Amino acid sequence: MSLWFQNENRLPQMRLTVISYSIVGLMALLLLGFWKLQIVNSDLYAQLAERNRVRSIPIIAPRGAMLDRYGRVIVDNYPSFSVLLLRDDPQQVERLLPQIADGLNVSLEDIRQQLEAATALAHFQPIVIKPEATPGDRDFIESHRADIPVLEMLMVYRRRYPPGGFMAHVSGYVGEVSSEQIEESGGRYRPGDIVGKAGLERQYNDHLMGVDGMRRSVVNSVGREVGRLEQTDAVPGKPIRLTIDYDLQLVAEEALVGKKGAVVAIDPKNGEIVAMASQPSYDPNDFAVRITKEEWQNLNEDPERPLLDRAIQAQLAPGSVFKILMATAMLESKAVPADYHVFCPGSAEFYGRVFHDWDKKGHGDVDVHKAIVHSCDVFFYNLGKQLGIDRISFYAGNLGMGHKTGVDLPGEEPGVMPSEAWKERVFHQKWYPGETISVAIGQGAIAVTPIQLAYMIGGIITGGRFHQPHLLLSDTASPEIDFPISDATVDTVTEGMYGVVNEPGGTGSLSKLPGIELCGKTGSAQVISNQGLARAGKQAALRDNAWFVGFAPRQHPEIIVSVLVQGGEHGASAAAPIAKNVVKAYYDKKQGKVAPQELTTQAVPPGVPPSFAAQAARVNKQEAVPEEGVPTNPDTVPTKPQPVSATPQPTPPATLNP
Amino acid sequence: MNEGSGIRDYDLWLLAIIFGICGIGVLEIWSATHASHLAGMHVKQLWWIALGLGLMLLLSRLDYHSVLDKAPVLYLIGILALLAVLAVGHTRYGAKRWLPVMGEFLQVSEIAKLIIIVSLARFFAEVRTERLALTDLFKAAVLTAVPIGLILLQPDLGTAMVLVPVVAVGAYLAGIQWKHAAVMVLAAALMVPIGWHHLKPYQKERVTTFLRPEEDPKGSGYQILQSKIAVGSGGFWGKGLGHGSQNQLGFVPVRYSDFILAALAEELGFAGVFVTLVLYTALLLRLIQNAQHAKDRAGMFLVMGVAAILGFHVLVNVAMVIGFMPVTGIPLPLMSYGGSAMLFVFLALGLVMNVRLRRFVN
Repeated sequence: MSLWFQNENRLPQMRLTVISYSIVGLMALLLLGFWKLQIVNSDLYAQLAERNRVRSIPIIAPRGAMLDRYGRVIVDNYPSFSVLLLRDDPQQVERLLPQIADGLNVSLEDIRQQLEAATALAHFQPIVIKPEATPGDRDFIESHRADIPVLEMLMVYRRRYPPGGFMAHVSGYVGEVSSEQIEESGGRYRPGDIVGKAGLERQYNDHLMGVDGMRRSVVNSVGREVGRLEQTDAVPGKPIRLTIDYDLQLVAEEALVGKKGAVVAIDPKNGEIVAMASQPSYDPNDFAVRITKEEWQNLNEDPERPLLDRAIQAQLAPGSVFKILMATAMLESKAVPADYHVFCPGSAEFYGRVFHDWDKKGHGDVDVHKAIVHSCDVFFYNLGKQLGIDRISFYAGNLGMGHKTGVDLPGEEPGVMPSEAWKERVFHQKWYPGETISVAIGQGAIAVTPIQLAYMIGGIITGGRFHQPHLLLSDTASPEIDFPISDATVDTVTEGMYGVVNEPGGTGSLSKLPGIELCGKTGSAQVISNQGLARAGKQAALRDNAWFVGFAPRQHPEIIVSVLVQGGEHGASAAAPIAKNVVKAYYDKKQGKVAPQELTTQAVPPGVPPSFAAQAARVNKQEAVPEEGVPTNPDTVPTKPQPVSATPQPTPPATLNP
Repeated sequence: MNEGSGIRDYDLWLLAIIFGICGIGVLEIWSATHASHLAGMHVKQLWWIALGLGLMLLLSRLDYHSVLDKAPVLYLIGILALLAVLAVGHTRYGAKRWLPVMGEFLQVSEIAKLIIIVSLARFFAEVRTERLALTDLFKAAVLTAVPIGLILLQPDLGTAMVLVPVVAVGAYLAGIQWKHAAVMVLAAALMVPIGWHHLKPYQKERVTTFLRPEEDPKGSGYQILQSKIAVGSGGFWGKGLGHGSQNQLGFVPVRYSDFILAALAEELGFAGVFVTLVLYTALLLRLIQNAQHAKDRAGMFLVMGVAAILGFHVLVNVAMVIGFMPVTGIPLPLMSYGGSAMLFVFLALGLVMNVRLRRFVN
């Protein structure tokens, strides 16, 4: 044995002890580290662990359908699939992106943008990278479950509107909730929610919108589902029943095709809007998926302004239709006697200026009845001068001018009723008496919306009972404003309007309906003054706007129709026939001459008239092939969220107070 | 010599502690793998433990003086084995670390660790001065640097680092002078930037991730984050064996090996961690106690070499699990799954037993 270990030194006990203490010290330090993680911050890490293991996939609630007054479905949903990208593992996602983009036929750039936009979201929340999955996309996802585990299918409901912009301004459209809306909602909306953006979709969004459910499942570290947790079922939105009569709506829409204007038909007894159309229109189906920036810009910047709901937003001079209000003001104020009459030579001079009658030949001796029937301007010039602007303004204001009607649609405009005070307030200028003369025939600064005219004249002919127009069918009566008008006045006005259509020489006599007591008033309103028109040249946009407001029957009217055709020039030829058609359709139906259109749960009306169908085919790019979008065999899509209900139930009528 | 030393001459406390730690380890390996394709791993681990115990007993019968006697030869064999690995070794995970021995792949650096312990014990025992001379310090450094260099070439930074505390503790016990120690530390500090250039990209990434985990929460910081989530979510009593979501769903990386303590912390909570760390502390203190009672300096250096290497393993691994240290790939001795590592630890403990059996000066 070697000698190297023989010579013994004593062991460095002190240093060994130091090492012992160091070990105890370091261990204590490490234990402190565990204490901090496991005791102090335990809740935080427990949350993170939960977030790791649980994946939440929303179950989309279908929106409530929109039914017409007889329960026919106008707007409903069709099931569709969106492609979800699960972002739990960003590195994996990044690696698979080119494959995904290729397989789903979307640009890599597009997906990247969406990923960037979603960086603020918690990473366990999946994002929709393709809202409308084709059958090919579904095959792609199914066949690549193993190697591309980050894709998932989400069953969604798409809104299905009638094609071709039919009733688009009434129904409105839906879209992804904006960040401002999320903030305003106080936590009710979450990013990605689909909410109503316009029209009834927006007005009754709370009622129509369901509550999305959530399916929570346990996933392992590679994102594979290994178990299910609780599932919150979606609560479908409730349907709403509208006052709209589909048959009348169809007539109104068809009459406006290719024109620029609006039709509003109201039951003056209760304010129920039975038809409401505006053209040019847009296809809300375009919004149902995801509208591109360009499409939106095109719609927004279109000079024809298809997004404008002319029925409630077009504020234009009413022209001669205003003479009904003038006559009412005259008879009610008693500022001039009821038999007030004027000789009309074809023009008259006021304040040093000559005001022409539309008929240069003149109307001879004119009383109020004849003035309405022949729409004599000179009579109303004189009347205007007699009444004065403030008296006109007082009555017009009380009959609804310059105020919103309160219709249950967002964005209604109030119109303008000028007065001395108004001019002072808005322009800081004095009112010129000459302006009163223009206002007396519905020209000048005066502006109304089509719905306002229907509302006002509907109120006058029912003795001053102004029912708030509404689109939601309800058992309870809608709010009513009473401004009592004497029976004598109502009779005189009604007889005058009856004469317009039914007396020889009446301005609307072309629209006479045999067997139906159609009453009405034509209007042709200048967009700018005649002098301005001469300067600008006769362009379409500057042609006179044609108006007609008609109702039937003479006693106890049931329907009042307000028609605007922009650039239609003559109320009698451009607007009155439309009102006549609507009223005729109303009577045909009432008298059982025409069977109502049968509408199934399909939003595409089977009886779309050819002209409208052609328009639909042109405008509606999206093929309406809903059935093909639903796999009949659920096994082909094993992990898709189950639909809550196959189709929304259209039967229960909405009993909601607007 | 006590050739016929009985069972009572063994360090029964040390054995009890080892069994305790191994038991917890097997339990947690079972829990971490029973529901996966790795099921049955704990049984394999039991076999490794049995084999290790056998080797430990075998090694303890051999007088450590005769082992130390052959230190130079062993050292040469170790160096040759490391060279052999580099030449013909089996590559796994991008590193050449394995030599095929009897159907299993043996991690040669584990044997090299043992040989370095023995060689340094022999070297420091021969230094008889009260204070460690600079030349001797230099020799010891070179003795260690050669195998470290070879292991770094594999590359295996973790194992290479593990050798440093052996020479550091040895030098400290051999009476290193403070100024020398200071210079060494300074030199090491200067080596860091040079060494940085030679790190593999994945190693650099691990270090930067450790220093700034928030910059890459889902990249390589992912492992540490998931480990911390597992530990933290365990709370005081844990989620129960087999019920840790981080563990069972595979969020904890290599949960049966390097991160086994994270899996344990999740399922058995702070209580389980406390027991485990107390056991490890007891193990290390027991080793030091054995060193204090060694018959000679050679025995003491041998035991302390083992203590240094095991202590370093434990501290670095535990620190990594809670995010105090970067991911280094250093397993937790006696608990992490792995044949070579297990055999090394038992052989090293065999050396300790050996020293204890011969602690009484005859």
